[in-house]
Amino acid sequence: MTLAEGSSVVEVNGIEIELAVRGRGRPLLFLHPEIGFDRAAPALDRMAENAQVIAPTHPAYGKAKIPSSFNTIDDLAYLYLDLMDALDLREVAMVGLGIGGWIAAEMAVKTTARLTHLVLADAFGIKVGDRETRDIFDMYFVTEADLAKIVHFDQELTKRDLSKLPDDELYAMARAREATSRYGWKPYMHDPKLKGRLHRIRIPTLLLWGAEDRIVAPDYGRAYCAAIPGARFEAIERAGHFPHVERPEEFARLVTGFIEGKERSSQ
Amino acid sequence: MRVFHFTEQPYAPAWKDHGGALRITIPNKRLDPKLAGDLYHRYYDEWQLADEIGFDIMVNEHHSTATCMASTVVVTLSILARITKKARLLVLGYPLVHRPDPLRAAEELSTIDVISRGRLEMGFVKGVPSEFTPSNANPVGVEERFWEAHDFIIKAMTSHDGPFNWESENYHYRQVNIWPRPLQQPHPPVWSTTGSKHNAQRLGEKGYVMATLGTGYATRPLYDAYRAAYREAHHRAPPADRFAYLGLMAVGATEAEARRRGELVADYLRTLPFTPAPFRNPPGFISVDDNVRLMKAAGRPPNRSFTKDGRAINMMTGSVQDLIDAGIMFCGTPDQVYDQVIDFCGHCGGMGNLLSMSHAGFMSHDDTVENLTLFAKEVLPRLKAYRQPDEAAAAAE
Repeated sequence: MTLAEGSSVVEVNGIEIELAVRGRGRPLLFLHPEIGFDRAAPALDRMAENAQVIAPTHPAYGKAKIPSSFNTIDDLAYLYLDLMDALDLREVAMVGLGIGGWIAAEMAVKTTARLTHLVLADAFGIKVGDRETRDIFDMYFVTEADLAKIVHFDQELTKRDLSKLPDDELYAMARAREATSRYGWKPYMHDPKLKGRLHRIRIPTLLLWGAEDRIVAPDYGRAYCAAIPGARFEAIERAGHFPHVERPEEFARLVTGFIEGKERSSQ
Repeated sequence: MRVFHFTEQPYAPAWKDHGGALRITIPNKRLDPKLAGDLYHRYYDEWQLADEIGFDIMVNEHHSTATCMASTVVVTLSILARITKKARLLVLGYPLVHRPDPLRAAEELSTIDVISRGRLEMGFVKGVPSEFTPSNANPVGVEERFWEAHDFIIKAMTSHDGPFNWESENYHYRQVNIWPRPLQQPHPPVWSTTGSKHNAQRLGEKGYVMATLGTGYATRPLYDAYRAAYREAHHRAPPADRFAYLGLMAVGATEAEARRRGELVADYLRTLPFTPAPFRNPPGFISVDDNVRLMKAAGRPPNRSFTKDGRAINMMTGSVQDLIDAGIMFCGTPDQVYDQVIDFCGHCGGMGNLLSMSHAGFMSHDDTVENLTLFAKEVLPRLKAYRQPDEAAAAAE
């Protein structure tokens, strides 16, 4: 299997994956967050200036049909490990955001053989506090309109009239909402086993976090960081849960700098 | 026609000053357990009366709500199994998807069938959308888990030669061997509800009793979808007893008295808006296509209630007259109510089970007793004697 620039559909173990490939250079596997690819383009374009960005659409977020039994983050993690094998990707930098960060972490605790760097941005996946502490904001406890206000730092970004969006975007949003629940409803957006396995990640890891994230707060990111040996935590100011949307230039700059080993800043 | 007395066992004292939330988030400090006990006792008294005067009985469950105190319908059924004598005991429904353990469901329902001496009517439902929040069941994959839980329960109830194995994606049991087994053979009758033709077809194939709830003059297409699938699978038209309809019921010696009771029963529909918005449409419960349609309509669901002459009404805000016109409420003197039910039955092309919500909200015990006894005396005998529309003719229409 070889990579084609642009958009294509590849099949791995009978599962169809929509794949976007752009840029040249070392491979950067980008795992999108729970809103799908919505508004990720500016950050992807910047990262593609220094890397070959390979960005799959997680099954159920895209148009392809999948079996009803494909319904855990582990299913996705194994699928993408198989995808890297099928493409024979080497020296990969893996960048996952939100639910994509959770997938990335589940992959990395299995094997980092094909990876050089790991970036987890505003990632879900672990339980930090005690049983009565709500570590992860319950995104289903508020309306979609209120969730948009909580997700974003810049409230201007919340003023989208859904009834005026093109069908393609509406379908992508509807699929994304269902897909996130499919993988993350219970246990809610985490795997109770994952935190105890994070010590297995022995590659340079950056926890990149919106300083104003109210879905998974920066302290959650710091706890994630503490569980991964040698990992570093970096906050992005004036950004909520989706820093790649709110600060695409800064997000891409920090990711690229980390991968190229240039960027160092105080924690 | 059989008639089932139904109340949701509301806790109406909390219906005042609720600040917009009667379900899911309303704190249970709003419930006085002593007063709740009084209400439960009263509802059981009324069901006992209903049993004595010729009704069958319908019960249900809901969660985290002041509109229905029955949070575990097995308790309701257990008590009724012992204190009633003749009535069929219809649970509509047992929310299979909100419950994690179909083995327990099979055991509970079999036990109730035995104690009631074979009077259980076993209505399975998926569960209402808002209650995926309190149950924490995943709303994605509901259809698949519902039918698998159903398959499992039927298998458990009809297996009599020792343990069997059931290990699937959703449920894991190695030695299934329920005691007691149900009294009714091969198992208690199965019912379910529907609001879609797709589901109506599935129920028709299986020949289960299909109920629609307050669907008014939108009922016929659902029944016809059932009829077509039933005929295909069973090579004959379905008898009228395969169909059930839930309507609100208010009779009075005078029309004025009936209308007064009608207002009280209509309060049930008027609580429908007080499910907080975030919980009404959990992810994956309805299809992506339907969700896109909702987004385009800015979240407003389409109005689905229509009068006989095609006028759209809002069942949550409509007047008693609107509800009568839409076939959602049967209300009036005994003669008027009989005529309304028979007319509606004709619209359906035959309907053998009337699920009669004869109590709701603030309706007093005295009013409820009068509503039941007047109906039992003046309407019920005529409905029991009523000859359903010719089955072949209904099927051919």
